[in-house]
Formats: sequence, C-alpha cells, structure tokens
Amino acid sequence: MPEPAMGALAGPVSLSSARPWLNRERLINGLLLMALFASPFIAQAVGETYYINLASRIAIVAMAAVGLNLAIGYGGMISFGHAAFFGLGGYVAGISAFHAFDMSLLLSWPITLGGSDFMPGIWLAAMVLCALLALVIGAISLRTSGVYFIMITLAFAQMLYYFAVSWPSYGGDDGLPIYLRNQFPGLNTNDPLTYFLICFVALGLSLALCARLMRSRFGAALTMARLNETRLATAGISPFPIRLVAFVLSAVITGVAGALFADLNGFVGPSMLSWHRSGEIMVIVILGGVGRLYGPVAGAILFVLMETLLGGVTEYWMLFLGLVLLGVVLFARGGLMGLLAGRARHE
Amino acid sequence: MSEAVLELRNLHKRFGALQATRDVTLDLRPGEIHALIGPNGAGKSTLIGQIAGHIAPDEGQIRLSAEDITGLSVAERARRGLGRSFQVSSLADSLSVLRNVMVAVQAIQGHSFRFWKPVDRDASLIEPARAAIARMQLSSRADTPVSELSHGERRQVEVACALALNPRALLLDEPMAGLGPEGSLKLTELLETLKLEVPILLIEHDMDAVFRLADRVTVLVSGEVIAHGTCDEIRTHPRVREAYLGD
Repeated sequence: MPEPAMGALAGPVSLSSARPWLNRERLINGLLLMALFASPFIAQAVGETYYINLASRIAIVAMAAVGLNLAIGYGGMISFGHAAFFGLGGYVAGISAFHAFDMSLLLSWPITLGGSDFMPGIWLAAMVLCALLALVIGAISLRTSGVYFIMITLAFAQMLYYFAVSWPSYGGDDGLPIYLRNQFPGLNTNDPLTYFLICFVALGLSLALCARLMRSRFGAALTMARLNETRLATAGISPFPIRLVAFVLSAVITGVAGALFADLNGFVGPSMLSWHRSGEIMVIVILGGVGRLYGPVAGAILFVLMETLLGGVTEYWMLFLGLVLLGVVLFARGGLMGLLAGRARHE
Repeated sequence: MSEAVLELRNLHKRFGALQATRDVTLDLRPGEIHALIGPNGAGKSTLIGQIAGHIAPDEGQIRLSAEDITGLSVAERARRGLGRSFQVSSLADSLSVLRNVMVAVQAIQGHSFRFWKPVDRDASLIEPARAAIARMQLSSRADTPVSELSHGERRQVEVACALALNPRALLLDEPMAGLGPEGSLKLTELLETLKLEVPILLIEHDMDAVFRLADRVTVLVSGEVIAHGTCDEIRTHPRVREAYLGD
C-alpha cells in the first residue's frame, strides 16, 4: 500500500474530538424534536386540539423510555419492571391531587402532611420515592443478571401492581381520578398547549441529562460495565455501585414521566403499573434503537401514532405493531435511529 | 523476604475432591520477572484467579506490599496496585484504545461518581492514559477501535490498561498466547524494559519467552510447586524434565 501523504491524514481524521459538529445523527435528532415541538401548534392552528394531547402523550412516553434506555441501552440492565416507577410517579400525582381536592390529610404520622397540587413538589416527591424504590429493587435484582434480572424486576413491578389493585383507599382496581389537574405556578396547566410545553421541556431536560451523563466519568464506567464487566473490575472500579446508581437515575426519569402521564389523563390506575406498561416502554426503546439517545423519541412517535391511527381502524393494531417490531428486530438492529441515522458511533 | 512486592503464603484451594492449589508459596521481588509455568491442568488458572481476586482461597494469605489483600475484591486489589492482563483478551472492542485505558486511569484517581464533566476534554484522564499507551509503543493506534487491532496489539493494550493503574505488581496471564514470532519478540522486548519499573509475575506457555525473560521460575504441577529457581536450575531439574519438558 502506498504511504499516504502525511499532510492529508494528520488532520482531524484520527482525532475523535474534532468530529464535525453537525453529523447525520444530530440532524435527525433535531428534526425529530422539531417535528414533535411543531405538531401541537399546527394542530392548534387547524383546530384539531385533540392532537395537542397526543403530542403531550408522545413527549411523556418518550421521556419514560429515555429513563428505561439509560438502564437497558447504556447500562445493559434489561429491566422489565419500569412500570413500577412509571406507576409510582403516577400515583404520587394522583394521591396528592386527591388529598388536595378533598382537603384531607395524606399523612398524619410521623408528620402531618396534606395533599398538594403544586407540580414541582409532586415531581420532587415522585423522584425521591422512585429513587428509594429503585434503590431497593436494584440492590436486590442487580445481584443477578440476564433472564433472572428480567424476571426479578418484573416480579417487583407485579407486586406493586397487585398492591395497588387491592388497596381500596385509592380506588383499588378502579383507579383514582384526578378531578383537577395539578398546577404549576405562573402557568395554566389546563391549557393543552401549555401542558404540552411542560412535558416537552421535561423530555428535553431528560435527554440533556442523559447525554451529559454518558459523556462523564460515570458514563464511561457505565459503558464499560455494559461492554465488559471484568475489564471494569480489573481497572479498579466495582461494577455494582455504578449500575445501581444508573438504575436509580433511570427510575427517577421514568417516575417523573409517570407523574406527567397521570396529570395528562386525569387518571391513575393499576394499569400504569402493569407488565403491559413495562413491555410498552421497552417496545418503544427497541423500536427507536437501544442505546441511541434519541431512540426513545423516534420510538414513541412511531408507537403512539400507530396506536392512535391503527387503533382507530382496527382493534388488532397490536398485531401490526408486532409485525413492525419483528421487522425492526430482524432487519434494523439499530432500530428506527439505525435506519434514519446509520450505525451508532463509538468514540 | 520483607522486600517482596507480592507474596503468596501457603495457598490452598480445593474444588470437591480436586486439590487445585496445594500449599503454594511464592513471592515477587522488585525489578524481576518471575515466571510461573506448568503443564495444562496444573492449576495455573486457579492460582491466578486467587491472586486477582476472582476465586477465594480456602487457606493461606496473599500480600501486596506487605498488606494482606486476601479478602479484597478484584476492583479493590486493582486500586491497590495489582495490574493484570488476561489469557483471553478482555477489552471493550467497540471502544478506542484510549477509552479502554482511560477507564483504568479514572479508577486510581478516586471514585467514578462524577456525572458532569465530559471525559473527552478531561486532560487529567487523557494524559496519563496516553502515557501508558506510549509506554507500550501504541501511540499511533490510540484512537483506533480495539476491534480493528491485531492480536498482538490487543495484548499490548491489555498491558497498557494494567500500566495505567500505576501498578506495584503486574500479573500477566499468557501474554504471548496466539502471537506470531514477531509479535512475541516485540512484547518480550517491551516486558524486559518494563520489569525494571514494575515487577511481573508471568504465566506463560512460550518457553523461549520464559527462558529469555524470567529471572526466576516456579513450576506448578497438580496444584503443587515442584521446583523453583533460576532458568538454568529449572532446565536441568530432574522433576521438571520428567513432568513438564517431556523428557
């Protein structure tokens, strides 16, 4: 092979930091976000206000999937129990709104605590409770891996599901309506467009958080825990605490999405905790592209649109979803993002 | 004895009826390469597992710089300065050489719970990693994904990862395995200069490399040390010839 001229190759080719700022993946990411952002305004303009809530729904399930993607895609932890966190977030919003509505006490011991319709407070509570729950579930299930991990996370989520079904104070099987949507100071959350913006900003923040996280030392360690656990331990970093923290962060993101989801629907019920929900979030991650930052956004757009458009035509829309999923798994291993933006770049 | 960097004292390990390690005592002193050889099934892998921390010995003690590390995890041993390479390459193939080595650097700099600062601009990670890569003469390949490296280069990356820990002792498990004569010679030369800085416990099948590199040799057969000495002593040792060199 002839020696290439040094001048030609000495430039950015070998330096990962000198990548072009705008590559195909970033372009696709930007287009996806812009499409999601623009759609409710277009819907508003043409008077199809129903579609504003649809866009909010996409933003919320995308955010839930961003959380799960952190566990599955970046951490290699295939959680089949993320509905536990989605539902817990939902119940935090629902229960708080319930007590705020009838002015009763949420807690009388050890402190007295009433309900609240203050959204930031509800989100914070959802985050803290989801983090605690994930700490317990993670600490136990991360001692296993593979199929056992999948089954244990599923079992924990189902435990919560049956608990919610059998707990009559908050509706049990029937669920709990949220009569008045929780409030955000200075905003009218009842306005669909305003509520969409809240959801969209939350999605954007969770994406930014994940992107930043995965570039940090923690992200480097988590990546190595997924790619080669032995290497990580041999390098002097114990994989378990790294994975546990990633699992907790993942649960927190999915939990806040759950709180937003309950407020969007004005309802929270055990279905938010069921394994169907866990599967749905997982399907979105896989459809979009496992371990791709914007995979969940692409996956959520496709999933919710299929659900709405095909679901309106036939009851058996899940059959078509199954076919699409099969196609993605068999022919597009990188999911939608793999199709749109090409193979993932590793530095 | 007190100056030994790494010491194994009376290690025993039994799997059911199989005595995989029987009363193994050996030490590694500064500036030397101590080779551990033995036929297949001699219990070398079990012994390495115990030194690295994957397997807990039934009895005995492992000391690194006079500190007892017998009960520590793999990661804790690495942080205390035990660097190792694997018989089967264990790198993250999709990541660059630099990324693989950087993970080791970040471990010795403390915990990895830093969530904000991007690593690709972190000179305190990149510089030591590049230095370790340079010591293994791989600088030109630093940004190449490991999957595109030759077998020999991967071996060098493994050692670079171990070096990035600023190790007190290196444990190299058959680094020459699968290398052609050229790669084997190159690695031999690298290890020769390296041993002056970090003593190396070398587990190796390649006898040419062992007799060229090792200052001392320990021979393990059926989990037991049957001979110990300089290369010349080992070459002429009757039990070694009988059990291992196939005479």
